[in-house]
Amino acid sequence: MSARAATLRRHCETLLAGRVSSPFDVRNAPSVETVSAGIAPIDRLTGGLPRGSLTEIYGPPSSGITSVLVSALASLTAASEVCALVDARDSFDPHSAQAAGVRLEQLLWIRCRNVDQAVRATDLLIQGGGFGMIALDLSDIPPQAVRYVPLNVWFRFRRAVENTPTIFMICEQESTAKSCASLVLRMETQEARWRHTEPSRQEHNGTHTPGCLLDGWSNTAEVIRSRARREGWISEHLISASVGAGVNSDGSSIDFETQALWSLHSFAKSVGKNGKVLSAGGPPPR
Amino acid sequence: MAFASIFVPDFMVQAVVRAEPGLREKPVAIVDGNPPLVRVAAANEKARLAGIEYGMSKLNASQFGGVEIRARSAAQEKSTHAALLDIGWSVSPRIEDSAPDAIVLDIAGLTFLFPSEEEIAARLVRLSQECGWTAQVATAANVDTAWIAARGFRGITVIPAGREAEMLGRLPVGALSLSLEISETLHRWGIHTCAALAALPVEELSTRLGQPGILLHTLARGARSRSMAIAQTESTFEEEMELDDGVEDLEPLSFLLGRLLDQLCARLKTRSLAAASIRVRFELEATFEGGPVAPVGQTNPRGTYQRDLQLPVPGSDSKMLLKLLRLRLQGDSPGAPIVRIMVSAEAARPRAAQGGLFLPTFPDPEKLELTIARITHVVGEENVGSPALLDTHRPGEFQMRRFVARPEGASANKLAAENHFPAAAAASFRIFRPALPVQLELRNHQPARLIFQGKRGEVLTASGPWRTSGDWWREDPWDQDEWDLEVRFPSAVKREKAGADSGKPGEPSGERGRYRIYYDAVRQSWFVRGIYD
Repeated sequence: MSARAATLRRHCETLLAGRVSSPFDVRNAPSVETVSAGIAPIDRLTGGLPRGSLTEIYGPPSSGITSVLVSALASLTAASEVCALVDARDSFDPHSAQAAGVRLEQLLWIRCRNVDQAVRATDLLIQGGGFGMIALDLSDIPPQAVRYVPLNVWFRFRRAVENTPTIFMICEQESTAKSCASLVLRMETQEARWRHTEPSRQEHNGTHTPGCLLDGWSNTAEVIRSRARREGWISEHLISASVGAGVNSDGSSIDFETQALWSLHSFAKSVGKNGKVLSAGGPPPR
Repeated sequence: MAFASIFVPDFMVQAVVRAEPGLREKPVAIVDGNPPLVRVAAANEKARLAGIEYGMSKLNASQFGGVEIRARSAAQEKSTHAALLDIGWSVSPRIEDSAPDAIVLDIAGLTFLFPSEEEIAARLVRLSQECGWTAQVATAANVDTAWIAARGFRGITVIPAGREAEMLGRLPVGALSLSLEISETLHRWGIHTCAALAALPVEELSTRLGQPGILLHTLARGARSRSMAIAQTESTFEEEMELDDGVEDLEPLSFLLGRLLDQLCARLKTRSLAAASIRVRFELEATFEGGPVAPVGQTNPRGTYQRDLQLPVPGSDSKMLLKLLRLRLQGDSPGAPIVRIMVSAEAARPRAAQGGLFLPTFPDPEKLELTIARITHVVGEENVGSPALLDTHRPGEFQMRRFVARPEGASANKLAAENHFPAAAAASFRIFRPALPVQLELRNHQPARLIFQGKRGEVLTASGPWRTSGDWWREDPWDQDEWDLEVRFPSAVKREKAGADSGKPGEPSGERGRYRIYYDAVRQSWFVRGIYD
């Protein structure tokens, strides 16, 4: 460094003294640990769910928000982490969650009746600390009601989970956390896939309906905001590799499949080894 | 052989002061008896110096300025005696329950744990102070010498073997717990100290006082040797408090509960134990008899209130226990003035603090319990916990269990989780609780249109009916036909039409939904069970 540059540097440091501690030191952004969301395409798209941050997932009903939430819960509880679900409208289904791999004994489920209860319970959980993930499920709450939650609540929650290993996830119909979220995913649904079998037939006890089973559906996940992408946590290599795996050219959205679980039904449906539906629907409707 | 004795001077006073630490530096007189014959039964040294005398009426005692007068509390004396025994058991398993205010310990062989008898005595004094009273401790080679020395000497007294007569000789003869008659006789003889008594010829003493005279002579020389009557170890920890006036508000009640919990936790700590559960029992004022109904499985006599607090891990932090109790009482108050408080603890070994190095982080159990208690106060007890599926085919059946964070089995599961990322998400379901009534229009025995929540939808695909029934032997059987439906709502139809008009293909709409509906044959109606999401 030349003498002139050194003089200039000293002059700048003198001027900034008391306001900026070390203006010429380069500080790298701290690396953020991420956790698998439990769905490979989502992981390829986002790089995983960041710990110590707020993740927001929104979309209309049937857009796959709950599937992503449950997959993340399954992934974390399988790693023996303790998770908490604040269910604003008491709509969580433990049967489908267990079928998806969630270890229910590792899940603290709080069944609320309104947004106010949900926000207060979330506040207490975040202050308590120690959870791998705290999910606030507002999916069944009308967006108008969620908008009444002041923005400073989300800022407070984000600050509270910073520098902790907790993933704070909000699920809702419209985005409300805005810039407080480190990762924002918008979900959309595609058409469902049905396995059709045989047409309706007349039998002695009535008309049997045509047999078909809900096989699954496709979802689209789009990254609306990602601190990881902005700050380069996700490598270009990962994005380019993901494009070949269903991610669009700019790497901001991805399609993935949702597979229906037959065990969701409370009885066994007749499905052959090759997946062909053997029964023709069910008995005649009453 | 070596023995130690703990003596609590002014026991009645110290039992009351233990519950009211603010009285520790003040002159205190304890009154007892039925009105109007209420007399001073005990007083501490400061009160005696102020002029308080035993047998003085309460009216007279109250005229001494600055002297605090309290009623005798049998409950506090019982708790203090139990705590005294706990202190003894914390040092030695062999204890003699000599009197309400004194115990004797067998300390033979304890020099492996403590360097000297002085150390043992110092520990007993320190434990007594932690439990809320001051004690006099003495050690000696025989039981009676230790017992007499503890009563006679202040602080810590160590009597070496062979010097019993010399040490006890300084004490007045009153330290031997004489009867009134013998005391007067010795006073007439001019015998005032144990040394003077021990110097008397034993044959002459026997002639004049009989067998009691020989016994006193032996005791005064510190030469009596006898076996201990060993007390059985108790594992119940209970503290109670009687109140002059009924307490109804939570704030003063918390203050009193805090005191009792402090005492209880101090006792548990002396025994190196912790509380696995806490039971609180209140006796309510007589005018409020017939208070809360007893929970199933618990006997709840009239006029009492009882609640149990199960802890996730054994704990002895009185502040944490008080917070949990407060939260419990906030949501479930006794509803009547309380005149007697009883707090008992089920003892267990304390939790080992060491966790696994490679275990994932999990909430601190004590902090988590507090958090859950606070959330329970917000949403209700039945709405917090961990879901557990039941062994039944009835749709949507589950039960809420108490949530306990357990970090075991992490490593193998973590590896499995890290190496297995499914390419497809598992379909999840959201349940409407309660199920929503729906108006359904059938076409060719299949759902064609439905109306619910003010929305009218067109059924695109339907799968069903899947018939289930069960529990016909119960009062609430179920008999249902389930359908999986893909529904499109009018706004979506319009959008698709608009898309077709503009030459673009109808793009998938967010207003499509995949629902599960069912026909309830018992209620003869259609309902929406939930939505696939």
